[in-house]
Amino acid sequence: MIIFVDGQEIEVKQGENVLEACLNAGLDLPYFCWHPAMGSIGSCRQCALVQYQNPEDTRGRIVMGCMTQVTDGARFSLNAQNATEFREAVVESLMLNHPHDCPVCAEGGECHLQDMTVMVGHRDRRYTGKKNTHRNQYLGPLIQHEMNRCITCYRCERYYRDYAGGSDLGAQASRDHVYFGRHQEGVLESEFSGNLVEVCPTGVFTDKPFLKHYSRKWDLQSAPSICSGCGVGCNISPGERYGKLKRVHNRYNHEVNGYFLCDRGRFGSGYINSDQRLDYSGLKGAGLKSADATFAAVHQSQAIETAAGWLQGKKVLGIGSPRASLESNYLLRELVGRSNFSSGFSDAEAAVVRSIINIQKTTVATNPTIKQMESADAILILGEDITNTAPRVALALRQALRNKSFELAEQLGLPEWQDAAVRNLAQDQLSPMVIVSAMDSRLDDVASQLISLSPAAIADFSCAVTASLQGQESDDKRVQQVANMLSAAKRPLIISGSSMLSANIVDSAACLAEALQAHKQAAQEVMLSFCVPEANSMGLGLLVNEDKRPLRLSRLAKKIDTVDAVLILENDLERRLSQSELDLIFSGKTRVISMDLLENNTLARSDLVLPVASYAESQGTLVNAESRAQRHYPVFEPAAERLCSWQWLLQLAAVMEHKKLAGIAHFDQIVEACSKSQPIFADLTAVAPDHSFRDRGLKVPRQTHRYSGRTAINADVSVHEPPQPTDCETPLAYSMEGLNRDQPASLIPYVWSPGWNSNQSLQKFQAEVNGPLKGALKHSGAGQRLIKSTQQGLEYKLKVTHPRMQKGRWQLLPMHRVHGSEELSAYTDEIAELAAQAFVALGETVAEKLGVAEGEMVVVSTADQEISLQVKVLSRVAKNCVGFSVGYDKTKSLRAGDSVALRRDKSWQPPQVIATDRGVASNGC
Amino acid sequence: MLSQLRSIWEILKHSVSKLDTVQYPEQKPYLAPRYRGRIVLTRDPDGEERCVACNLCAAVCPVDCIALQKDTREDGTWYPEFFRINFSRCIMCGMCEEACPTYAIQLTPDFEMCEYDRQNMVYEKENLLINGVGKYPDYNFYRVSGMQTAFKDKGQAQNEAEPIDTKSLLP
Ligand code: SF4
Ligand code: SF4
Ligand code: SF4
Ligand code: SF4
Ligand code: FES
Repeated sequence: MIIFVDGQEIEVKQGENVLEACLNAGLDLPYFCWHPAMGSIGSCRQCALVQYQNPEDTRGRIVMGCMTQVTDGARFSLNAQNATEFREAVVESLMLNHPHDCPVCAEGGECHLQDMTVMVGHRDRRYTGKKNTHRNQYLGPLIQHEMNRCITCYRCERYYRDYAGGSDLGAQASRDHVYFGRHQEGVLESEFSGNLVEVCPTGVFTDKPFLKHYSRKWDLQSAPSICSGCGVGCNISPGERYGKLKRVHNRYNHEVNGYFLCDRGRFGSGYINSDQRLDYSGLKGAGLKSADATFAAVHQSQAIETAAGWLQGKKVLGIGSPRASLESNYLLRELVGRSNFSSGFSDAEAAVVRSIINIQKTTVATNPTIKQMESADAILILGEDITNTAPRVALALRQALRNKSFELAEQLGLPEWQDAAVRNLAQDQLSPMVIVSAMDSRLDDVASQLISLSPAAIADFSCAVTASLQGQESDDKRVQQVANMLSAAKRPLIISGSSMLSANIVDSAACLAEALQAHKQAAQEVMLSFCVPEANSMGLGLLVNEDKRPLRLSRLAKKIDTVDAVLILENDLERRLSQSELDLIFSGKTRVISMDLLENNTLARSDLVLPVASYAESQGTLVNAESRAQRHYPVFEPAAERLCSWQWLLQLAAVMEHKKLAGIAHFDQIVEACSKSQPIFADLTAVAPDHSFRDRGLKVPRQTHRYSGRTAINADVSVHEPPQPTDCETPLAYSMEGLNRDQPASLIPYVWSPGWNSNQSLQKFQAEVNGPLKGALKHSGAGQRLIKSTQQGLEYKLKVTHPRMQKGRWQLLPMHRVHGSEELSAYTDEIAELAAQAFVALGETVAEKLGVAEGEMVVVSTADQEISLQVKVLSRVAKNCVGFSVGYDKTKSLRAGDSVALRRDKSWQPPQVIATDRGVASNGC
Repeated sequence: MLSQLRSIWEILKHSVSKLDTVQYPEQKPYLAPRYRGRIVLTRDPDGEERCVACNLCAAVCPVDCIALQKDTREDGTWYPEFFRINFSRCIMCGMCEEACPTYAIQLTPDFEMCEYDRQNMVYEKENLLINGVGKYPDYNFYRVSGMQTAFKDKGQAQNEAEPIDTKSLLP
């Protein structure tokens, strides 16, 4: 199909709109309200062009590009005088009330409104009347509000409510009084509020933590990176200046995160600048422990020599980490010997991850990308609160629920991008989604059915559905309903995960998927997906998956006496072992060498602490939940004595004269060695180009071509400018020289294109709107899937184990929180503020029985400890279950599945209210 | 022939004209206020630092000799936490002055900046900031900008209407 734009023939796709067609053809048609992920509503009138009836028509009529579907042979003009005048007039009117703010606006320099204003050529203000003004709102620690700058494109409202399912932000008032905010000031509730920063084309919503130490986009040094917040593996683009990580922006990957991140990913990297980062100033807990248990600073070489002395020729164990890169884990494993390497997973985590990997290796079901999940037409969630354990996936599930409306639209011949029309048509009809979980989840509001069961009962339930699909009747009506829903669907999605640390649930989900696939024709795809605990859980799991007798962490603690030293890689053992097991490890008889980046008790009890670089200062490969290996690159060089953990390990190997690692000195060599070590890692070298990659003879620049202050940044230290740091490990350069264009998708540090300074310049990097990046088509794609299923299916002999609960005791279940449950991001001030207090979550009846209300304290007692926790009251919960905020400092020692007793904390007093700004309720109203 | 005679005449004329060369440094030449010499940071008419740390001067500087970091005052207004110019690199092109939206950065008719030690050519904010408005006596950016500041509420900037009450039902 072709259309003509200003006489130029353009190849277009059936069903797209003219705006998309123009952008795909590389034409600059300005727009505001259209968003590639959210479609068109035609409200801003910016994308106007002229459409002609036929070749003879010379007048034509103005149409909106985003609202006009392409038809074969249609004729348009972008440059016709009435079109350009119209577009200029639109910007002029949008700017009537715009404040004189650009110099003090955090959007400036990457502002879509600035770009479009320049593009249409509007320059002089003619309107002399008064400008409308608005009061701002406090929206929490993450988002800054400056309402004066709004151009009423409605993108924020459409994103926040329609796309992300939030309910506490929207449009208010009418005509030129329209206001976008909350009904009253307060913290934005959505876990995805940060995307407002990128969705809003102006400076109304900006990144608050970034604003505190703001730099312009052109001054940021960026590198392609991978979020280390959870197992989803969203692609991110962190920016640095003056040695500080300033902000994290989304990096498009059409198969993973698309245009959006969760707030943990966007705002959770503040720990990198934290005061609690280890370095050698002695106070910061790194270095060599002296007799009085304080740490003394030691030079890198001295540290290495000391460590080598403890390790050389000795019996050494190694503990890996699911938050360290695959390369670091691999090196440690080779260094200590495979049988002396423990993954560093807790025993329960190890079992679940092993199950997930074995399933992915054999399942007949499809292991979907996030993009594929959006196409599901029926969803069954087993035991996960996805919004808190794999946040970005939850956002995708919300889109999948709209497939019902797309079906209805198709019947009417409505294209999907006709957003307002499609939503109007469907009203609140959604595709079916059943959540089977122990308690409240953040997707409950859009579920078609909620079933509250304990973990063992969830596995049973899933087995019952399996049996029902295989023709066995069940007396449970719900089983039948779920079975019907799944068998009626064309693309059902079953999604489960590790958060309950129950291999039973995971296995039962796999059984169900197998049965469902057998039940269907081959053309109908059953999708089966799992959430995993940490950024590299899968990589670490794959590393030890072939081991016949993997060294479990608890067993390692028991046999610690038999070895001379233990090397711990980026792992706070307090989160995984009991106090008695920790005492074994730190008994003093065995030397403990730890590598980590932030203060914790494991480090405080170690003999030698080596400070390591964060994800933003190092490169490494992380394997996400769908087994996609992706590489992150250093954004800036680590300061002080910090080194990447793989560098520490290589140095250790060198001084220890380790034979197997003798030939390895560079990162690429580790990748190479690792890829050869097991067939599953064969594709590791194809994840991203190696350090020798050059684009037109140059490395890819981390800095923009406008990067400022080069001759002044370090001038306070010395006026003699140091050379730029060289980077011989990666294909990127600490430089502004080179081209940021057409390189492999894994090497795009930031997006920018002439005339397009904002993140909307992304379309210049995409092969087509919403399609893959140009660089992904030409080069290795967007990461490498490591697991390719044999599709043989597994023979499951599932035996669900039921915990025996005594009377008066409850089963303790972990509740993950976007803010607070992840170890590193919790060190970020804003995240810590949102995480608030650790809590225990009770059903209403339990709370009533104990005589406590929300916010009061309850003592949770396990076999060997008592912890007083704040009460949170749940709206639904399975019998005999209580939840606790997992991963918080205070609840570190609680374990999933613990059987606990509860009682009201009598010593707790309500805090005295000195003053309140809340209205005082009088006479019972 | 005629043109050669004319050239000789022109040259001879110079032997009796007034000298352009002055006995510097005893005698100082007149330099217009718009002369492009040593850079200063000025204050607004109310005595506050004018620079809002927008980074435009740094971006436009062809030799990249300006570095600064934005910080925020208690009332939310922006100012530079540090502001550094490396004069050993500066070519006095005046582009920063042209880019500056607040008239904060200005070039002055002082060019006598010799130092024995190159390091002394690096000026920090305390070396750059003067106690006056420089060439532009009237302008205060924050009186025009829509940002709320300690001295003005929303709606009190130039040409602004009172803030809208979104709960009002009046047309
Ligand atoms: S939103 Fe854009 S145009 Fe408006 S003040 Fe900010 S930078 Fe300037
Ligand atoms: S706040 Fe931003 S996204 Fe929302 S309507 Fe205004 S300009 Fe558009
Ligand atoms: S979903 Fe996970 S990987 Fe993606 S941004 Fe959030 S924390 Fe990071
Ligand atoms: S351009 Fe002016 S206001 Fe902006 S940073 Fe430079 S001196 Fe300050
Ligand atoms: S982008 Fe087409 S009307 Fe707004």
